[in-house]
Amino acid sequence: MKLKTPILIFCAALSVAACTNPSRFGSDAGAGTGADALGGANAGIVPGSASDPTSVAYFQQAVGDRVLFAVDQSTLTPEGQRVLDGQAAWLLTNTDFTAVIEGHADEQGTREYNLALGARRADAARAYLQSKGVPGGRMQVVSYGKERPIEVCSEEACYAKNRRAVTVLAGGLTG
Amino acid sequence: MMCRIVCMVVALTVALIQMPAAVTAQNGPLRIEITEGVIEPLPVAIPDLVAETPGSAEMGQQLSRVIAADLVGTGLFRELPASAFISQITDFGAPVQYADWKAINAQALVTGAVTVSGNQVTVKFRLHDVFSGAELGDGLQFAGTTDGWRRIAHKVADVVYSRITGEGGYFDSRVVFVSESGPKAQRRKRLAVMDYDGANVQYLTGSEAIVLAPRFSATGDRVLYTSYETGFPRIYVLDVGSVQRRVLESQQGVMSFAPRFSPDGRTVVYSLSQGSNTDIYAMDIASGAARRLTSGPAIETAPSYSPDGAQIVFESDRSGTQQLYVMPSGGGEARRISFGEGRYGTPVWSPRGDLIAFTKQSKGRFHIGVMRTDGSEERLLTASFLDEGPTWSPNGRVIMFARETQGAAGRSTLYSVDITGRNLRPVRTPDGGSDPSWGPLQR
Repeated sequence: MKLKTPILIFCAALSVAACTNPSRFGSDAGAGTGADALGGANAGIVPGSASDPTSVAYFQQAVGDRVLFAVDQSTLTPEGQRVLDGQAAWLLTNTDFTAVIEGHADEQGTREYNLALGARRADAARAYLQSKGVPGGRMQVVSYGKERPIEVCSEEACYAKNRRAVTVLAGGLTG
Repeated sequence: MMCRIVCMVVALTVALIQMPAAVTAQNGPLRIEITEGVIEPLPVAIPDLVAETPGSAEMGQQLSRVIAADLVGTGLFRELPASAFISQITDFGAPVQYADWKAINAQALVTGAVTVSGNQVTVKFRLHDVFSGAELGDGLQFAGTTDGWRRIAHKVADVVYSRITGEGGYFDSRVVFVSESGPKAQRRKRLAVMDYDGANVQYLTGSEAIVLAPRFSATGDRVLYTSYETGFPRIYVLDVGSVQRRVLESQQGVMSFAPRFSPDGRTVVYSLSQGSNTDIYAMDIASGAARRLTSGPAIETAPSYSPDGAQIVFESDRSGTQQLYVMPSGGGEARRISFGEGRYGTPVWSPRGDLIAFTKQSKGRFHIGVMRTDGSEERLLTASFLDEGPTWSPNGRVIMFARETQGAAGRSTLYSVDITGRNLRPVRTPDGGSDPSWGPLQR
């Protein structure tokens, strides 16, 4: 856990009130969101696994790679902001990575509107990360509208998880 | 098969054709007024077309089945079973025994003959007004290739429909749509084109990348659609004949989607998302020069031209919820036309210019509806868990749309419905379907 210190330093430097100890992310925002983590996520202290703080898997599971939105909204919730604080800190530490922020909507909407709504959500996450110091050039936004649900029931329990902005990492030290 | 057949229309000069067409067609009793709402479908007899060459009997039977399916599928006609026929049509040239058809209460009778020579099919037919004891219009002849035989049947049915309703036909037309397969969380989508009735499906793209909302040009020669093949939604234009496509100009990292052609086919109107904002742009297809038509922080999308190209109807959430607006096609002040309860999206201008079809969300349900272009006389035609994305038949009388069912096993299916709200029916496609765009009547 060598990188814990720089993360905390960054948080302190930015005076982010919501900055939390990374150990909390696992039980908080990251819980249950690692479904598409890279292989070997729970394989121990293997580099690239979730126990490696520089890994994509760690970002997805421990930091939390997604924020959720209310119906028709693109405003970040306090919880969403906490997750993004963690993402910003991580991205500022792991500068080899770039990010594509994918915006999504639930199925309760027309296709074109949901594409635009997903763009709003992705851009809200991007703007927040940028406000926390992540260079705009390292981020891109894309919307999938309602095309890529992760939960398939037609109930609010599923819709709530589908209304999301997911920070997808690219680049970095492979392996 | 790209339907490269050319169907020829030739008025028959057979001696028996004597009735002046226009008189009976306009004033005769054999007439369906679609707008008044048909209570009782008109009984029609469609005997198998007479085989005039050896081996063409099966073709004659198939043709008559497609003609019947077209007519019955409108909900305006009821076919009398062959078992009820008193007299048989065995000679296309022989006089029709109207009394025999009157006795079984047939009001319309379609007689025809087919010859097959090599890969050429020729069909001649006549439409009879049984109660007047006369033909309705001239006999006609269509010719085509054997693999395009369904088109010949559709052309015959279009003439019958048109003469009896006074409306343009729509059977000899094609629909481009998104063919959907696979589970809901990993839906595979590819572009496909089919006959209006779901026959002759042909795939235009693979399913490696998400493809959305194909839109036919007014002549049916090209299709605009959105694809994620670069990782970002971009607009492509595809030539239907050659299946060659090219991407339209766009900036890196900017999303463009929801394209539609202008009526003259030279301009594409579409949405572009930059940051959190989505606005409507128009691009000259040849030069790639784009003009911004809306501005402001709201979502403006789903633009559709009026048939004269002068106006654009679109949706915007500038009022707080999705509503419909109309603006001049060069941009400028937009007026809101939807004021009912709920949200309105995906407006599409009717080819007749008189109505706008839309998707409405209200109280957790989705509807396909129509309203006049000033927003008056709103009528909802359907209701379900998720109905979306209307498209107009070439004659502006029928709307096709996609209906998605609820839950994990949810599936999207194409449906059609009359603008009267009657005759809701699924369109049979090999897989699921969404985002239909109905092309013009073929030539």
